[in-house]
Amino acid sequence: MTVLLHLYPLTGVALVGLGFYGFLILRHPLRQILAVNVVGAGIFLVLGGLGRGAASTDPFPQALVITGIVVAVALTAFGAALILRVAEDERAPDDKAAAKTTDDHT
Amino acid sequence: MSPLDLLVAVPLALMIAALLLGTWVRWLLLTAIPVMAGLTVWLLLLPEGSAHVVGDWNLPLGVQLRADGVAQLMVGAMAACASIVGLYALHEFAPGPDRSETAHGYAFWPLFYLLWGGANAGFLSTDLFNLYIALEMVSLAAVAMAAMGSLRAALRYFVIALVGSLAYLLGVALLFANYATVDVTLLAEMARPDLATKTALAVMTAGLLIKAAVFPLHGWLPPAHAAAPAPASALLSAIVVKVGFVILLRLWFEAFPAIVAPAGLEVLGWLGALAVLYGSVQAIRQDSLKALVAYSTVAQIGYLLLAFPLVATAAGSGGAWAGMTIHAIAHMLAKAAMFLAAGLMLKAVNGHRLKDLHGLARAMPLTVAAFGLAAVSLMGLPPSAGFIAKFLLLEAAVEQGAVFAAAVLIVGGLMAAVYLFNPLAWTFAGSDTPVVEATAPLRTAAPLALALLAVSLGFAGQAMVDVAASATSARLPAAVAVDVR
Repeated sequence: MTVLLHLYPLTGVALVGLGFYGFLILRHPLRQILAVNVVGAGIFLVLGGLGRGAASTDPFPQALVITGIVVAVALTAFGAALILRVAEDERAPDDKAAAKTTDDHT
Repeated sequence: MSPLDLLVAVPLALMIAALLLGTWVRWLLLTAIPVMAGLTVWLLLLPEGSAHVVGDWNLPLGVQLRADGVAQLMVGAMAACASIVGLYALHEFAPGPDRSETAHGYAFWPLFYLLWGGANAGFLSTDLFNLYIALEMVSLAAVAMAAMGSLRAALRYFVIALVGSLAYLLGVALLFANYATVDVTLLAEMARPDLATKTALAVMTAGLLIKAAVFPLHGWLPPAHAAAPAPASALLSAIVVKVGFVILLRLWFEAFPAIVAPAGLEVLGWLGALAVLYGSVQAIRQDSLKALVAYSTVAQIGYLLLAFPLVATAAGSGGAWAGMTIHAIAHMLAKAAMFLAAGLMLKAVNGHRLKDLHGLARAMPLTVAAFGLAAVSLMGLPPSAGFIAKFLLLEAAVEQGAVFAAAVLIVGGLMAAVYLFNPLAWTFAGSDTPVVEATAPLRTAAPLALALLAVSLGFAGQAMVDVAASATSARLPAAVAVDVR
């Protein structure tokens, strides 16, 4: 039973490490966002797994995990939209895109 | 009902209204300013240590909002800052004759209210998970605002901010597993110096240092802040980085003051000192005005961290604590003023380099004056609020014999003078008066009002020290148990 209790948090920690490693070595922003999502999944597993008791399950960490997942989904969608816009700007070097890049002074 | 939850709920309601209103969206501000000003005054009048649990869910489950000195000062400065920046943006995002600016205008206002609500939640909450949500709301608004200037800088900012958020969330998960609560005031009572707590504190601090753009994790800030439109830059530099800073305060001085190692505080102090020196050197080297102002933010954030070991050592005397808090709001007002003034000047000359400002003081005296007054507060010259803050910090450093911190405070002030005199010198160069288009009076007035506020708050120094000091007493768990429901 104790092995089972620790299985979830330990898997979570492994996912966090894996995701962070991916974030560091991957260069494409889409892959980086996916890597960060793996980290997120790991954290939710830690949070949910540690709230699991032998007899009963604490609902509070589950509420936190659900909130966290909502935030993660929203941010992932936002990041994907941002990547799409950057890709569109790069693919179409018309006046609009040129104006956008000259705005970037630094 | 309490002003504490209204201060978060009202901006969020305004955000939804802004999404629905369409063409009339910018006039929503005229409702927002008086309502938020009223709520802020109500907050400032609340008795010391007032707290409110949202939805009557008691601790440890509920989310507590609390009006301590830091929260009162930050929410107050935020309201002033957002109102004035909003008035400036009223013109910036007005529909042009070709309606080209309207897309930005539609996007800006919901983000503006989201940022306002998120920042207020960040300043008022004592619940670490709720602070995570606040942090994400602010980051989301900030990234989208940065994307109005440069998509690439925004994407870089987004990815790094995401890692910061998750590091923070990992810490929250560890703390919850260890203590079964994530409320700062409850954690303070049962903090144990075990490995899990220390790991949690370390990863949360790392995440927040990214959010607050503390050296060496500041790389995302200058491109993102320099490329955004002027009102967005002002909000990013003035407010967004402060949210991370306030959460750091909650962690280090409220939740875990008993267990933080002096070595940890020293590390933060060193990072702050390096940020001051590095940010100042980079600001001196810039030849683009907005990049200079953005690097100045990196330097000024450094002072906030430099104060950490001073605050921890200054047991009993609130001088260093007050200095740190006042520095945060002085920088908020002065930096917003400076970005708005820089935006006006650069728009007038249609360039972005320092040499484009040639002789501009004769064409736009009021805007250059606003830039100059903001510079006075950033350099820490009397009688500005920036002076009060640096004086209090210097006094604490000298009292404690922290020679290095004192030296950084003085050298940092001198370097600020160097990088800020440089653009000012250009505006006075030559003898010809450049011809510039006249700007609307409201837009000229906005940076001037913020800069005057930053300077004149120096006269209210004692009052600010008193308000900030109420935070030091609120750090005792007994003082926060009062509920005003």
